[in-house]
Amino acid sequence: MQGQFILPLILGLPLLGAILVMCTPRAEASLHKGMGLGVTIITFLVSLLVLRYFNPREAGMQLVFDVEWIPGLGAHFKTGIDGISIFLVLLTTLIVPLTLLGTQKSIEKHSREFIAAILVLETGMLGAFVALDVFLFYVCWEVMLIPMYLLIGIWGGQRRLYASIKFVIYTMVGSLLMLVAIFYLYVQAGNVTGVYTTELDKLSQVALPQSAQFWCFAAFALAFAIKVPLFPLHTWLPDAHVEAPTAGSVILASVLLKFGIYGFLRFAMPLFPHGAAIWAPVIAILAVVGIIYGAFVAFAQDDVKKLVAYSSVSHMGFCALGIFALTAYGISGSIYAMLSHGLTTGGLFLGIGFLYERRHTRRLAEYGGIWKQMPIFAGLYLIIVMGSAGLPALSGFVGEFLTIMGTFNAGDTFPANFPNYLPYPRLLGALAATGVIFGAIYLLYMFQKVFFGKLDKSRNGHLKDLSGRELAVFIPLCLGIFLLGVFPRPFLRVMEPSVQKFMSDYRIRVQEPDGPAHKYGAMTPVEPMNPGAADAAPAAPTGGAQ
Amino acid sequence: MEYANLKFAGLPLLAWIPLLPLLGAFINLTIGRWFSRGTVHTVAIAAVAASCGLSLYLVFGPLWTAFKAGNGGVGIYQQVYTWIEVGGLKVDLAFRLDTLSAVMILIITFVGTLIHIYSTGYMAHDPRFGAFFGYLNLFTGAMLILVLGSNMLVMFIGWEGVGLCSFLLIGFWYEREDYATAGRKAFVVNRIGDFCFLLGMFLLFWAAKTLDFRELSMANSATVGPVLVERFWGGERLAAAAGIFLFIGACGKSAQLPLFVWLPDAMAGPTPVSALIHAATMVTAGVYMVCRLSFLYSASTTALIVVSTVGLLTALAAAFMAFAQTDLKKVLAYSTVSQLGFMFVAAGTGNWTAAIFHVGTHAFFKACLFLGAGSVMHGMEHGGSQTPGDIRTMGGLRKHMPITRATFMVSCLAIAGIFPFSGFFSKDEILAGAFLVHPPGWPIWYGKILWFGLLIAALGTAFYMWRLYFLVFSGEERSEEAKHAHESPPSMWAPLVILATLATIAGFIGMPHLEGIHLPSWSHGLASWLAPSTAPTWYGPEGGGAIMGHGSDGTILGLMAVALAIGVIGIGGAWMLYGKGPSRSVDKLVEGPLAGAYEASKHKLWFDEIYEASIVKPFRTIATGLFEIVDRWLIDTVAVNGTAYVIGIFGRISRWFQNGQVQRYLAGLVVGAALVFFLASRKAEPTFSYEVDGDELVLKADAGAGLLTKTSKLKWDLNGDGKADQDASGAFYTEPEIRVRIGDVGARVILMLEDPVTRENKQVSRTIELPGAY
Repeated sequence: MQGQFILPLILGLPLLGAILVMCTPRAEASLHKGMGLGVTIITFLVSLLVLRYFNPREAGMQLVFDVEWIPGLGAHFKTGIDGISIFLVLLTTLIVPLTLLGTQKSIEKHSREFIAAILVLETGMLGAFVALDVFLFYVCWEVMLIPMYLLIGIWGGQRRLYASIKFVIYTMVGSLLMLVAIFYLYVQAGNVTGVYTTELDKLSQVALPQSAQFWCFAAFALAFAIKVPLFPLHTWLPDAHVEAPTAGSVILASVLLKFGIYGFLRFAMPLFPHGAAIWAPVIAILAVVGIIYGAFVAFAQDDVKKLVAYSSVSHMGFCALGIFALTAYGISGSIYAMLSHGLTTGGLFLGIGFLYERRHTRRLAEYGGIWKQMPIFAGLYLIIVMGSAGLPALSGFVGEFLTIMGTFNAGDTFPANFPNYLPYPRLLGALAATGVIFGAIYLLYMFQKVFFGKLDKSRNGHLKDLSGRELAVFIPLCLGIFLLGVFPRPFLRVMEPSVQKFMSDYRIRVQEPDGPAHKYGAMTPVEPMNPGAADAAPAAPTGGAQ
Repeated sequence: MEYANLKFAGLPLLAWIPLLPLLGAFINLTIGRWFSRGTVHTVAIAAVAASCGLSLYLVFGPLWTAFKAGNGGVGIYQQVYTWIEVGGLKVDLAFRLDTLSAVMILIITFVGTLIHIYSTGYMAHDPRFGAFFGYLNLFTGAMLILVLGSNMLVMFIGWEGVGLCSFLLIGFWYEREDYATAGRKAFVVNRIGDFCFLLGMFLLFWAAKTLDFRELSMANSATVGPVLVERFWGGERLAAAAGIFLFIGACGKSAQLPLFVWLPDAMAGPTPVSALIHAATMVTAGVYMVCRLSFLYSASTTALIVVSTVGLLTALAAAFMAFAQTDLKKVLAYSTVSQLGFMFVAAGTGNWTAAIFHVGTHAFFKACLFLGAGSVMHGMEHGGSQTPGDIRTMGGLRKHMPITRATFMVSCLAIAGIFPFSGFFSKDEILAGAFLVHPPGWPIWYGKILWFGLLIAALGTAFYMWRLYFLVFSGEERSEEAKHAHESPPSMWAPLVILATLATIAGFIGMPHLEGIHLPSWSHGLASWLAPSTAPTWYGPEGGGAIMGHGSDGTILGLMAVALAIGVIGIGGAWMLYGKGPSRSVDKLVEGPLAGAYEASKHKLWFDEIYEASIVKPFRTIATGLFEIVDRWLIDTVAVNGTAYVIGIFGRISRWFQNGQVQRYLAGLVVGAALVFFLASRKAEPTFSYEVDGDELVLKADAGAGLLTKTSKLKWDLNGDGKADQDASGAFYTEPEIRVRIGDVGARVILMLEDPVTRENKQVSRTIELPGAY
């Protein structure tokens, strides 16, 4: 198979760009910005090559690039993509240049370092999406953290120090526990197989005892739940968003949050299927709480950025719920919702950035009647808002619909040894669906406060509508939102084989009997506790209604 | 496919029906701002008119043929592409033109075209004409998707799409904060309904694994399996749960209790919008949906009872609320809500034909009324009025606006149910249906109650509509502005005339079947046209039966007479009180015996206030409370920063030691060393433990701190006599852990320790308690 070079190439390009930028004189701001834009656009174009080599009918990892990295540790530099990660990679490479283009004017100091930080961040994000080695993943995971910390801490707003430190510590707590779990798994897997390695596919063949899975999954889940962010681990998000510069907010919302869900799908669930099954009700309930809670709290905000930040808590709840529903609809929908959230929330933050550049305030009360001054902006922003609110035929609907549909139908396909995998799946689905109402409430509230009403604040009287550069950012986003909403099938078809493989693998593994650490399939399966359960379950769905 | 040749430019013709208005919207909303007024009008009207022409062609061409061949229910099915496909879920973007959707698209495109034409006059002075016509086209496209969609999800695209357009058009004059809020309110209330619509949809998919209307209706047949009558929620059928959820969705869209509150506020939009969206088309979407899912509702008596009861209550409540309104459009809005209630009673009694019949006639006379109202307000505005909708300032307009007055009068006769205007027939169908209905499981008297309730609502309708008419057109002018009002331009009155004509004659396609008098077959055209697309019978495991009873000629004619009499009484009452402007007796009644009722009507039974207090305010409070208390305080301050603070305390303590002063380090060293010594010298007392293992006893010495070093010696005294014992070979027991037979052990065991360095001796003695037999 060809095309293995692409993934290392798109990892290397931004990093190379960062190094080059750091070699230029520090005063040349426009040069830095141009270089940053150039490098990220080239990266995006190169990443499009993935589509050329990717075979959408194949379920497994493709374009795998594998070299030994640290022989003593058994760590590999191993990258590859499948239907789950391909669009997340493309989303990342698309969002970064758009962000740089959209925030050209707002960076006033240290532009060289700013561009370098963004480029390193891009490498880290792409690396974490394509890593097939736990060690590599962990390295990229931490690499993302530092530039983001700098972005908030240096180029942020008033309380930037507080926000940046909070962000780092929050994330660190989770990721350090994850590291401990990785070590444990590494040693245990080495004991079982005799080969010490951090390769994901080798590690995920090893079945830990259920009690160990319980704790290891918890450690992973903490790291990922903080990233998602799941209620009640979300409070770093509003602070980080509010204080971060626009570019930081956009990348944070569009890409960084996705690692939580992606981590569950790629690492936590395949590595610890039993642990996932034990924890699933907790996470699903927290996700539903987050959907409703995030929407409520978003409504109470006066700061536009905070409002959108809390809306992320609500929207990402759908994604978390979708994957733990363990149905094809749910998981595909969850990935789809991530893509849509990347575009819509990115767009929302960029739009706020455009306004902020003009008015230097984010308070809702300072706006009103902007439609009259900026009709083009208002129209495009309405598309993004509606995409976020889940209007059918725009991107948000497909993901929301599929995740709720997945939850609703979850009761049909529970693993036989976890008959109560999700409690009351239909009730959970119905509760999650209230997000449809609440989303409309806070988003339209914001839209009305900003764009409708009388243009009665004198400082709003001479706002200019979008410039060509800003249109060049918004129009692709809006087209993307339409594209995802009107033609979801091509995307879903690429995801489908990988999602099905994920589910069948998970299903096989989760039905393994408990025992000392061993390789999956190595132990003779014990008879299920109630033999009829597996056959009876689909025929007579039980759960929510009773 | 049979209809594969019905294509244009690669797309199925059916897709072009909604696509044409959508294209018009796209053009006007993107580049329309650089167009002249004329170009915008041309694009918008051409798009809708072309869609109308195409609809006419498809309905009277291929569909007619199919209908004649007995395939009116299958109709024309055309798929554009597969929209969503995951796992077992496959949703095609596909359209179906059957006899039911045919009626709807004809109404939508025809009335839509007229209203587009009318708008060119009405919006002639508005600077944002591009946006207005763009939205109007967008709405038409979305509405057509709604009715043509062959599955629930495609219908939902239109369902939400019309909600969006409604939001945009209600808030069209967004500079007025209350207008913008009205738009938002409409969207949010609709969303509450949509939420339930989604739940119903999920439930249906979960049970039947399909969302296609036709496949769902097959699931109702005996061949596929009676999914819909599966038990759910105790003894109820699944159809009841799904039907009720979907009906709540319809309540949102069609402004039924308790979700009707957005519609009166929606009158903030331009009048053509009120006519098109909030009278003729969008608000009837709920009725259409119930009829579309007639197979579902006919599988559950409970769902039907809910539908008809809500319909009746709405019809009554809205009629009551219309009495005291003083705004021209508000009266019409409540009358719309009330008429929609009539339609739901029809649908809830399984009288699908009557429901759709009334949708059609109502579209004509209500659109005519709204456009007439627009014409009146237009005239009043030209007369200089600042509050053009206030009927208290009107009167005598018959002199100034003869054409508007004539069409308005025709429509008022129609809505009051006067023979031979269209409203008479459609309303009579509903009333007769309610009177004759006896579905299995219904109390025998329930249909009579519905009938009686509707009669009262009809009486109210006739009264308040004619009150409106008299107040606007009769008597003398009550203000200067009214004296200067003038007739509207032809672009506005021409649509009025067409609509009024239709409001007059449209009723003849739905006349009742009579045994004695043989009427030509076209006079029952609508019923036979719709029959293939709607469920004819009850569905149940025990077998089906006709929903509608059939009355004798005498009953039917008698019911007609009663309905007609009611209409006449209502008009007569209005004439007595308002015939020449508001009479004194009105004031007396309002201030005297009817004061309470008047207030209640004026404040629309305080629905808005109740919702404000019970839902909106608590929502705000909860939102703020969650943010301030849970988020800011509990999670962030206590949990997160609290943890950080506790860790910080430790940090501060350790920082106190590390400040660079040697003295402090030394002090620390000394204190630390003292602590080590203290701990080291705090010797724990030596002891030993024992454990029974079969017939042996295991003794384990725990030397405590310090005493038992490597060099210290230890001996065991097993019989408690104070002397160390020996084993069989004569050696002393010296190991820290020994294993002896239980028989060798006495009641007391002593561990003897001796430290060779300090010469310290220690003895530990314990009583051995042996379990059981020992």
